[in-house]
Amino acid sequence: MTDLPTRSIDLKAVLTASSPTADHSEGMSYLQSVPRRIVTLYLPLTIIVVILLFPFYWMALTSVKPDEQLLDMETYSPFWTWSPTFKHFHKLLFESYYPHWLWNTMYVAVCATVLSIIASVLAAYAIVRLRYKGANLVGGLIFLAYLVPPSILFIPLATVVFQYGLFDSPMALILTYPTILIPFSTWLLMGYFKTIPFELEECALIDGASRWQILVKIVLPLSIPGLISAFIFCFTLCWNEFIYALTFLQSTSNKTVPVAIVNEFVDGDIYRWGSLMAGALAGSLPLVILYAFFVEHYVSAMTGAVKE
Amino acid sequence: MADIAIAPRAKPQLREATAWDQLRHNRNWLGFWFMLPAMGFLIFFLAYPLGLGIWLSFTDTRIGRVGHFIATENYEWLWDDSIFWLSVFNTLLYTFVASALKFAIGLYLALLLNENMPFKAMLRAMVLIPFIVPTVLSALAFWWIFDSQFSIISWSLKHLGLISQNINFLGDTTWARICVIFANIWRGVPFVAITLLAGLQTVSPSLYEAATLDGASSWQRFRYITYPLLTPIIAVVMTFSVLFTFTDFQLIWAMTRGGPVNATHLMATLSYQRAIIAGQLGEGAAISSAMIPFLLAAIMISWFGLQRRKWQQGESND
Repeated sequence: MTDLPTRSIDLKAVLTASSPTADHSEGMSYLQSVPRRIVTLYLPLTIIVVILLFPFYWMALTSVKPDEQLLDMETYSPFWTWSPTFKHFHKLLFESYYPHWLWNTMYVAVCATVLSIIASVLAAYAIVRLRYKGANLVGGLIFLAYLVPPSILFIPLATVVFQYGLFDSPMALILTYPTILIPFSTWLLMGYFKTIPFELEECALIDGASRWQILVKIVLPLSIPGLISAFIFCFTLCWNEFIYALTFLQSTSNKTVPVAIVNEFVDGDIYRWGSLMAGALAGSLPLVILYAFFVEHYVSAMTGAVKE
Repeated sequence: MADIAIAPRAKPQLREATAWDQLRHNRNWLGFWFMLPAMGFLIFFLAYPLGLGIWLSFTDTRIGRVGHFIATENYEWLWDDSIFWLSVFNTLLYTFVASALKFAIGLYLALLLNENMPFKAMLRAMVLIPFIVPTVLSALAFWWIFDSQFSIISWSLKHLGLISQNINFLGDTTWARICVIFANIWRGVPFVAITLLAGLQTVSPSLYEAATLDGASSWQRFRYITYPLLTPIIAVVMTFSVLFTFTDFQLIWAMTRGGPVNATHLMATLSYQRAIIAGQLGEGAAISSAMIPFLLAAIMISWFGLQRRKWQQGESND
C-alpha cells in the first residue's frame, strides 16, 4: 500500500488548486464553448451541490419555523418562513439536558483525542524512526486494526466495560474511542514523520540529544500541521461516534449529543420536529465551525490516510 | 594553541552498558517503550474484545448471566433463522448498491470539481460538509424529509401533479430500502469525491494535451489516462467505503431501526437488537462474528486489486 500515486499528493492543492500541475492558464478549456460548459459542468454540479446541502437547509429552516407553519403546508409555503422563532432553541437550552449532553460530548471527544494523539505520536515515531525489530510488522498490524469496525466489537466491549466497572461513565468512551482513533492517527502521523529529513535527527543525535529530546524539540514542532489534522479529524470521529455511546451509557444526563437526540427527543409529540431539528443543528454547528477554520487540515487528514 | 592539541586529557573510563542503559538506549527497548501506550489500548480494547466476541458467539451468555460453552448452537440457530438471512441479504444489497453508486457519483463529482471554474475552493469546501456533520444528525434530517405525512418530497411532487397520494417513504419496504441507500450515498459521496480529486490532481495535464493531439476522444482520455492512473487510489477508497457501508449501524438506527418488517435490518442492527435489547449476548456475538468472513473477502479483493497494479507497474506496460 506504499507506492500509490506516481506524484505525491499536494494536499493544499486539493482545495486551492495551486499545485504545479494545476496551472491557471486556460489549458484546453478554450476547446469548449460556453453553452457546452453550462450543460456538461455547471448544471450537473449545481444539482449535486444542491442535493448535498438541502438537508442542512431543511434542518435549519425547520428549527426556526413556528409549529403551526411546520405542519400546515398549504397556507404557508414550506420553503421559507417570514416569522422565525427561537422557541425550539429555547426549549433545547433551558428545558432539557442539552447543555449537559453538549458538555459530555465535548469532554469525551477532547479527552479521547488527546490520549490517542499522545499514544499515536509515540507509536508513529517509533515505527518510522526507531525502526526496531518488527517495526514493519507492527505498522501493518496497526493498519489492520483500522479495518476492524466498531459494529463487530461493541458486544464483547460491552462485557469488558461492565467487568471493569466503567458502565455508564464517560470513562468507558474515553478508553474505547482510542481504538478507533489510534490506528488512523498513527498511520497519518507516520506519513508526516517520514517527510522530516533524517539529517536533522542525526545532527541532534551527534550533539547528544536523547530520543525523547529529538521527538519533543525537533520532530513535533516540524509536524504541527500533521498534528492539527490528526487532532481535528479524531475530534470529528469522536463527535460522530454512535454505537459505543449508545451501548455503554444509560442515564439520561450522561449521554452524548447524537445518542441523546435519537433517544430522548423522539417521543410521540407531533410537534417534536422543531426541537429535534434544532438539536441536530446545534449538535452539528461546532463541527461545521471547526471545519470552516481548518478545511485544509481536514482534507489532508482524509487524503493522508488514503495515500499511504 | 598547539599545546592544547598535544596535551592529552585523561579519557573517561569506558564503562560497561548496564541493564538500565540497555533499557534506555537500546533501539528495540526504546521502540518497546514508545509503542507501549498505543499497544496497550489496542490490545485491551481491540484485540482482546475481538477474540472475546468470537468466544462469546460459542456460548449462551446473556446480560447479567455468565454463559456456558454450547459449541456451534448459536450458528445452527441462525442458519434456520429467516430474519438473519434477510439481514444478510439486506446488508449485501445495501453495500453493493450504495458502494457502486457512491463510486460512480463520487468519480463524476471529482471530475467536475477538477475543472477550472470560479469559486472552486469554496465549492470543494461545501461539498465536504455532509461528511463532517455527525451521521445520526443528518439521518434525523432525512427522517424528517422522508416523513410519511409532512415529507417535502411528497409535497413537491404533489404540487407538480406527479402523484396524488403521499408516498409512505419509510413505511413501505421498497421505499424504505431506497431511502436508507440514498441517505448512505448522500453521506459517502463527498469522501469518495474529495479523495479521488486529490488523486486526479496528481495527473499531469500534459498527458491529456498529448492525447488530444493524437485525436483521443474525451471518453478515451478518461479510459486510458485518468482511470489507470487513479486505480490505486480507487482501490483504497473503495475498500474503506465498502467496509464502512457493510458495517453501517447509525444511519439505519436513526432512520428506521430496521423496520418496516425487518426490511432494512442490517447485520449490525440485528446484532444490536438481539444482543443489547433482547439481552442474548451470545447470539448477537454470533451475528457480528458472521460479518468477519465478508469483511475479509472485501479486504482481500482490494488487496489483490493493488497487487495487480504493482504487477502492471513492474511490467512497465504504460
